[in-house]
Amino acid sequence: MSAVGAGLSPSPVAQLATLVRQSVRRTLNDASALVVPIAFPLVILAINVAALHGVTRLPGFPTRRVVDFAIGLTFLQGALFAAIPAATDLAVDLETGFLERLAMAPVTAGVLLAARLGAVLGAGLVRCGCFLLVALAAGARVATGPGGVAALVVLELLLDAAIASVAFLVALRSRSGEVVQSLFPAFFVFLMLSSALMPRELIDMHWFRLVAEANPVSYLVEAFRSLFIDGWDVRALALGAGIAAAISLAAGLGCARGLRSAMARTG
Amino acid sequence: MSAPLQDLRARAARAALVAFALGRRGTKAWITSPPFVVITLLFPLIFLAAFAGALSPLAHDRGFDYPGDYTTFIYGFVVLQAAAFGGVFTGYSAARDFELGFAPRIFLAVPDRSAVLAGYLLVATIRSLIAAGVVTLAALAGGMAPRCDAGQALLVAVLVVLVAVMATCWTTGIAMRLRTTRAGPLMHTPVLIAMFLTPVYVPLALLDGWLRAAASWNPLTQLVEASRALLVGTNTHLHESLAIAGLLVVLFGAWALRGIATTARGV
Repeated sequence: MSAVGAGLSPSPVAQLATLVRQSVRRTLNDASALVVPIAFPLVILAINVAALHGVTRLPGFPTRRVVDFAIGLTFLQGALFAAIPAATDLAVDLETGFLERLAMAPVTAGVLLAARLGAVLGAGLVRCGCFLLVALAAGARVATGPGGVAALVVLELLLDAAIASVAFLVALRSRSGEVVQSLFPAFFVFLMLSSALMPRELIDMHWFRLVAEANPVSYLVEAFRSLFIDGWDVRALALGAGIAAAISLAAGLGCARGLRSAMARTG
Repeated sequence: MSAPLQDLRARAARAALVAFALGRRGTKAWITSPPFVVITLLFPLIFLAAFAGALSPLAHDRGFDYPGDYTTFIYGFVVLQAAAFGGVFTGYSAARDFELGFAPRIFLAVPDRSAVLAGYLLVATIRSLIAAGVVTLAALAGGMAPRCDAGQALLVAVLVVLVAVMATCWTTGIAMRLRTTRAGPLMHTPVLIAMFLTPVYVPLALLDGWLRAAASWNPLTQLVEASRALLVGTNTHLHESLAIAGLLVVLFGAWALRGIATTARGV
């Protein structure tokens, strides 16, 4: 800030730090943005663990601990609940002209995007830690050991980046908080029509199995789940991480272009 | 006819007119807004597809003693959940009426406040019955084979209306007190949690630990079980569920009317 005051352009790293601080502060000030993405998935986890314990008796079910199975959905729900408010904030900043005002400051579009994403990823780390602690307390075991915990964190970051990038892209294109909010049911459809509630091999209904197999969310859930149940399943991890990285890349490029055009409208 | 009686009849006729006009306005606003229609219908349909599609192997678990098929079992829950969503979305509409300045004008124009609540209840009833109809068609297309007669199907519709009325009274009470759509989480979260603290995926006897205790105490469990029983041609839990629903309607109705009265005094 002092550099700006002196008429100098701050370095991209300083810009990024300032903007990440602003985003994190905004998240911390809004208790619902912090608590809901942690609390709501944990409530659903508690209900699923208590309601679905009979599922472990099914022949071919991969584990005897239902929490190991149900935790995959929790990570995805958390990412979804966190990304939508963050993208709504971006849409509101566009609606209210905050971003246009930033365009007059010496800050690049890439830094703006990275700062927003940085705040989402930071919150994702906290959320990941909370989910892991609760799961372990509920009797879950990470079959891959400490290395698996590190892989879990990487997966969480990739997942957060993927979902947030898509939500940011919609915010930039629509410039409307309402439209961003309507993403929730759309994501929710993908979440529910996946293998989140039952392994694909055990799904009875043919049409549902086909949908679940075609749904990329199935592979994201299975990547998380594999770390708890299967040990190092390279195929599941590569599929999950690859899908998340591909979505992040495609949506991230769209975001960069959208942000440049959003800021150019003022310039 | 005595003058007071004539006056009472005239007031009742005016109140009915107001309720009908509000009901027509709300229903028209809903039907002519495709995103609202889609969202009202989407969630129950997705829950039906996801639960019936993914979790049907649970019906093979020992102790799963429901005499119908698993799609019917899930439908018995989802149809009531659709009604609850109809009530929640009507609460959003009531809050929006405040934000748009419509509600204060209505309170100035209508002396009988209960007519305002009746108008919202009419909207919720129509929404819920339409949603229930769509869910029913989807369930039948998905292989549901109910074994109920027309009278029992009508009783399921009565339960749908009672749940819609309960949810609407709850959410309208919130809307009247907080007068903003930002109160949405306060409207939908308790309703969602109360619905999920019933035996959603398996019968009550198969639930585990705390969820079994919570579901046993949850009055909505009786309604869900009555709905499921009616669908296989039995009237188990029917009288208890109607009594419980009646009591809850009275309690939540008082909550909503008190909210309306407080608000109307301030207009």
